[in-house]
Amino acid sequence: MHAGPYVIDDREAPKFRINRSALVDPEVLERERRLIFDTCWLYVGHESELRTANEFRTRNVGGRPVIFLRDSASAIRVLTNSCTHRGMMIETRPEGTARFLKCFYHGWSFSTTGELVAMPDEPSYGPNFDKAALCLPSPPHVDSYAGFVFLSWNPDAAPLVDYLAGATAYLDLVGDQSDAGLQVIDGTHLYSMRANWKLLVENSIDGYHAMTTHHRYLKMLKDSGVDLGTAFSSKGSPPRGYDLGNGHAVIAAVDGSQGTALGLGRAFPTESAARKHRERRDRLVEQHGEEWTNRMLAGRNLLIFPNLIVVDLVMGCTVRTFYPSAPDYMEINAWQIQPADEDSELHEMRMTNFLTFWGPAGLATPDDVEALERCQLGYAAHRSAPWNDISRGMSNPTPGFTEELQMRVFWRHWDTLVNGQEHEPEVPLYRIADEHVSIRRRQGVGSHAE
Amino acid sequence: MQSEARTEPFGASSDTALRTAVEDFLSFEAALLDDWRLDEWLQLFTDDCTYHVPATDRPDGDPLRDLFLIQDDYFLLAQRVDALMNGTAWAESPRSTTQRMISNVRCARVSDEVLVRANFLVHRCTPRQTDVYPGRYELTLVEAREHGFQIRRRKAVLALPVLRPAGRVSIIL
Repeated sequence: MHAGPYVIDDREAPKFRINRSALVDPEVLERERRLIFDTCWLYVGHESELRTANEFRTRNVGGRPVIFLRDSASAIRVLTNSCTHRGMMIETRPEGTARFLKCFYHGWSFSTTGELVAMPDEPSYGPNFDKAALCLPSPPHVDSYAGFVFLSWNPDAAPLVDYLAGATAYLDLVGDQSDAGLQVIDGTHLYSMRANWKLLVENSIDGYHAMTTHHRYLKMLKDSGVDLGTAFSSKGSPPRGYDLGNGHAVIAAVDGSQGTALGLGRAFPTESAARKHRERRDRLVEQHGEEWTNRMLAGRNLLIFPNLIVVDLVMGCTVRTFYPSAPDYMEINAWQIQPADEDSELHEMRMTNFLTFWGPAGLATPDDVEALERCQLGYAAHRSAPWNDISRGMSNPTPGFTEELQMRVFWRHWDTLVNGQEHEPEVPLYRIADEHVSIRRRQGVGSHAE
Repeated sequence: MQSEARTEPFGASSDTALRTAVEDFLSFEAALLDDWRLDEWLQLFTDDCTYHVPATDRPDGDPLRDLFLIQDDYFLLAQRVDALMNGTAWAESPRSTTQRMISNVRCARVSDEVLVRANFLVHRCTPRQTDVYPGRYELTLVEAREHGFQIRRRKAVLALPVLRPAGRVSIIL
């Protein structure tokens, strides 16, 4: 029995409870800023968003403004979006290309590698002026895995692959779907919720709410002719929750050769699209073997602690990150990523049959927004009604995807970082055995960027 | 496919009789939406219709290439309407009050279609909040005996750069 101020983790009962003050208290958010967002690896963007040299995107990562760009030599960089002179945010366009980053306030100009290259009336600073010390700072660490670029504001951060732990194989399962790599498609779902950011972590890996919250979505699938019984079955391997270490978790199946792979979209509209999808499967099997391909096509809801979600349903893959600006408000950015060499008919089908089911105007997400906002409203009673229950599946050694192991994994790591409370893992950490992982990773190519 | 250019073939002046008919139709359509008579509203559409809302950062996005917020064909639109009317769209249960302002209507007849551009301001009001959605419509109408027109393509392009703080589009725009 472990009972801290925010998390009750009782393996005997079993019982797992979260104190709702963790979702409303401004002091908790302050600690999260310091102990989570200032220390963990955080998602910045995907390399494919930047197609050419000097292309940039402005982002907020862990509450700090950054410029995510390719420099003039096309290398990926992250620079702090704040002039070293007086701190003005230099670039406010969401995206664009620029050979120089120029602050209009006093006219200081920086190269795309961050060096201070020009300023009006430089001689007034005197002969000992150290221009090199005034470059735009990069975060202490920037690294990428399978094209997913992360930063850490923590100088002592462990290497990214160590931090990602068992999550790397699940990023491989996304990346391995194409030899040509992944491409984030243009157009972003930029939205918000009046709810605590941790509620969206839970919601993104919550298989339990689908039948009730998303009843209309499932009805749509049924009305379109999808056999829900088949769609949600998975031959011999129902999706499960797994603890990937370091607070990362996934709900996924081992074998998507039947069922789940296309369960969350309308049927293929034409025989040629269905054939192309089968042909792609054949190519993947040839390249990666039956077992890895079946895993790829099984889909997955992946949480990379603290705030990166990858929901890969194979014919649609959402990459979502979010950041709190208040205990009861978060901003969310979500992208769609797909094989860079997607066949045009499959791409069209992806767009018309799958993508817009999701997102803040789709047939599912608005109801999630409503649900989380109403949870937050309910927490106004937290002093007299203090506890959330997250104990589903706690007595099950192999928790299913509608159970809540994956949320407890998040909360235990959260409790360790924010409150210094240690928790033993509930189930053994899951790591796809080396003999099963991506052929490319075994060969040491492709996945891990320089 | 007709030109989707934003200004052509719309000049500074237009066929007044046509514009009056289109304005009447748009007001009628807005009233059906504000009155939550969505089943009747759905009947204004052709079988081959589309209802699109581009992503806020790609207002001129290509629906076959770029991510949209809404990309409905008739089937999905009917599903959307059904859920809104039967109470399983939780984000609109209880229903919000909406109030639509439509103005700056321009239109042009191109072969058997009428192309329409108009500005909209949709207010979505609940006891908790009022969300404001400004934007423009790009519509393709075909003439019909009942109500004057049917809608073949209906695109609502939001002027918002981000969907914040509304966080969602749970109503029909």
